[in-house]
Amino acid sequence: MAGPTDALAKNSSAPPRLELRGVTKRFPGVLANDNVSLTVKPGEVHALLGENGAGKSTLVKMIYGILAPDAGEVLWNGQPVKIPNPRAARKLGIGMVFQHFSLFEALTVLENIALGLDSKASQRELEAEIRRVLDLYGLKLDPKRIVSTLSVGERQRIEIVRALLLNPRLLIMDEPTSVLTPQEVEQLFETLRKLAAGGCSILYISHKLHEIIALCDVATILRGGKFVAECDPKKETSKSMAELMIGANLKEIARPAGRAFGEEKFAARGLSLPKHGDFGVALRDISFSVRAGEILGVAGVAGNGQNEFMESLSGETLATTPDAIVMAGAPIGRLGPTERRALGLCAVPEERNGHAAVGDFTLAENGELTARRRMGFMQGGLINASRASAYADKVIKTFAVKALGPRSTAGSLSGGNLQKFIMGREILQEPTALVVSQPTWGVDAGAAGAIRQAIVDLAARGCAVVVVSQDLDELLEFCDSLVVINLGSLSRVRKVGEVSIEEIGLLMGGVHGDPEATVAMTEHLHAHPI
Amino acid sequence: MRIRFEERREPSKLMQVVTPVAAVLLTMVIGAVIFEAIGYDGPRAVKEIFFTPILASYKWPDVGRKAAPLILIALGLCMGNRAKIWNIGAEGQYLIGALAGAGVAYFTENMQGPWIIPLMLVAGIVGGALWAAIPAFLKTRYRVNEILSSLMLVYVALQLLNYLVTGPWKDPNGHNFPQSAPFTQWQSLPKMLWGTPFPPGLFIAFALSIVFWIVMSRSEFGLGVRVVGEAPKAAKYAGYDADDMVWRTLMISGGMAGLAGVLEAATQGGQLNLGFPSGYGFTAIIVSFLGRLHPLGAVVAGIVLAISYVGGQVAQTVVHVPNATAGIFQATMLFLILASDVLVRRRIRIVKPQPSAQVAARVAESAT
Repeated sequence: MAGPTDALAKNSSAPPRLELRGVTKRFPGVLANDNVSLTVKPGEVHALLGENGAGKSTLVKMIYGILAPDAGEVLWNGQPVKIPNPRAARKLGIGMVFQHFSLFEALTVLENIALGLDSKASQRELEAEIRRVLDLYGLKLDPKRIVSTLSVGERQRIEIVRALLLNPRLLIMDEPTSVLTPQEVEQLFETLRKLAAGGCSILYISHKLHEIIALCDVATILRGGKFVAECDPKKETSKSMAELMIGANLKEIARPAGRAFGEEKFAARGLSLPKHGDFGVALRDISFSVRAGEILGVAGVAGNGQNEFMESLSGETLATTPDAIVMAGAPIGRLGPTERRALGLCAVPEERNGHAAVGDFTLAENGELTARRRMGFMQGGLINASRASAYADKVIKTFAVKALGPRSTAGSLSGGNLQKFIMGREILQEPTALVVSQPTWGVDAGAAGAIRQAIVDLAARGCAVVVVSQDLDELLEFCDSLVVINLGSLSRVRKVGEVSIEEIGLLMGGVHGDPEATVAMTEHLHAHPI
Repeated sequence: MRIRFEERREPSKLMQVVTPVAAVLLTMVIGAVIFEAIGYDGPRAVKEIFFTPILASYKWPDVGRKAAPLILIALGLCMGNRAKIWNIGAEGQYLIGALAGAGVAYFTENMQGPWIIPLMLVAGIVGGALWAAIPAFLKTRYRVNEILSSLMLVYVALQLLNYLVTGPWKDPNGHNFPQSAPFTQWQSLPKMLWGTPFPPGLFIAFALSIVFWIVMSRSEFGLGVRVVGEAPKAAKYAGYDADDMVWRTLMISGGMAGLAGVLEAATQGGQLNLGFPSGYGFTAIIVSFLGRLHPLGAVVAGIVLAISYVGGQVAQTVVHVPNATAGIFQATMLFLILASDVLVRRRIRIVKPQPSAQVAARVAESAT
């Protein structure tokens, strides 16, 4: 563990903790990393910055032994090494916290950690060790709790503890804050700063530039698999780094000034649904109203009923009464997705693969999934293939989707490009109301900007938009009003600009690890608005 | 040197066509080796099984007669398997279809008219569909696995056949044989149609394969079948109800099996007896996979399997191989086609060790 003996941190005479020299990795058809070099000093918090598909993941997978480089050298504390598998990486002292957690919901924190260890220790020893690590870094986590009752932030702490138990000298964090509340992000940063002060180097992957400025000492920027620049984030601005990242000038989202909203287009009135399954969330008395031209943001920490909320709006789950959901005056609560779409309600669920799109289908076929009736593909009871293809082509061109054409499979697109296609597929249907979840999840800055701009433009044409996102910055950037979803209930609607990020953070559940306290707090906040 | 399977970015179109052909060819090679090893003339057995039925024109009627039910049943199974709704009980639906047709024949024994045959065909389709509706009901209502329920219903159907032909429907003039009364001319179809060596069922199968092709590739329902199988959540999002798809695909595949059954009864037997069950319903599962779950593929695969049936009989008489020979070849083929699917999604790459001595030295160093 990081002890005081490691106070040689940031001593420039010591060999770098990790050095990559000319690392290259080629996949069929793609050069994922092209001659990339990188130096991480002891105790340094080093940002790895790049768009989706820039090669960040490939690079860290090679450091963690999941992939083997085709060429180039890896040096660990000055010594050339080969890392054949993650176990070898851990043995060297490299830990990694993945973006997606691998936890068993029904087991306790302690059991989950025990399952992930290379060496076996007794439960009691392990628990003592876990508590020591928790104390050392001021992390709050109860080893006896069942994972399914924990918040995402707490789940992430399990992964961090799991990595810290191995006394890492280098900790790789892959997009760690995408699911945290602002308060949790601050806690995480504190932990990481303590770790770094103890001599552990941190390789921090992110595309959230203000976080990198707040946390990191050095940033390495990748673009298209190549090294672009190394810079000191404290001397850069978000904009300058973003431009290095995407290799072009970044456009601000253009919003017409002095916008006025039309009449109510889309609303829920007392929408309640019982919870489905052990890990589902019940929706409780959900009410909101969105006017033509208005963008309503729904903030909240993952797992507070966002999926249930989305599915009940899209029609995948039916409401109990028709008038629980109203579109342009028509009660649609008991209508399925196809009928709702016919009336002008389009939806984009959070999951791209397997929900919003089918990986093995061509883009034309993926267009048929939702646009077949609205865009007039149906002809004599059959789907007209050339119209479907033309529509997919139009989406590709309008939204600058990087794809060979309508016959490419959705699975062959990068995440950001597929998201652009899906958003484009719905937006070009000119819906009366659009419901979107996580529109820019895992999407690079360039594509995210384009998607947000498209949503803003759609609203300007008179569409009522609901955006569910865990990325608060995103919501504040382009929404008109904001609600918070917590344990299946919505807070009061706030106007963006009249609400501080701290207030929203509290609403999102600053104490949300404990369900009862959160309910109490939510009720308190509802009763006594800040 | 290591051999490694690498995921392809997109499933290979070429491999989708090449692998079934390769599976058939490999089946021949493996079959020849096996039969040679156990003391038969292996290459000769393969020749009799796969080539004699093609080369000898007097075998064509037999091939056509076997291909018709295989293709008809497989068309329905292609659809269900695409939706990942596994109807293993087509054999039972085939029997019930034949029984329903024979039921119409039983009640129209003393009647005449060209309306009887269409009525029998409709009864066969409805019978098969209703038999398949049982697993559909059990699955949608009680979440009973359709693989088990549909399979078990095969044996119920068998018992029903045994009961009817030894009991109520037994031919009073049949010298006490367990068989139904022979169908009259108004209840029978010709064995060969339009001067070809092929039965009407084969032409119906060809026509329906085109219909199924269009439905699967271009209809809204066909899109639903494909989405439900690939991504159930996306299907729901696209407006398809999963239970609805279970009902429809099971009843369509049941109806197709029923149609195959009643056609077989009306064309070939002219009556039902204990020897009527043939295993077509099970073999059609192989046909659907060999045909890549594509309606046109099912036509080709149905003919290949029909050839192996007919050839199996030829080989029994000529090379004296056992009765199970055709079954062994068919099972080998299914095994190989399923195994070769790996190549559609993955490519084989031979990973050569890095030649540089420098790297080798580094490996040795890090290993110590």
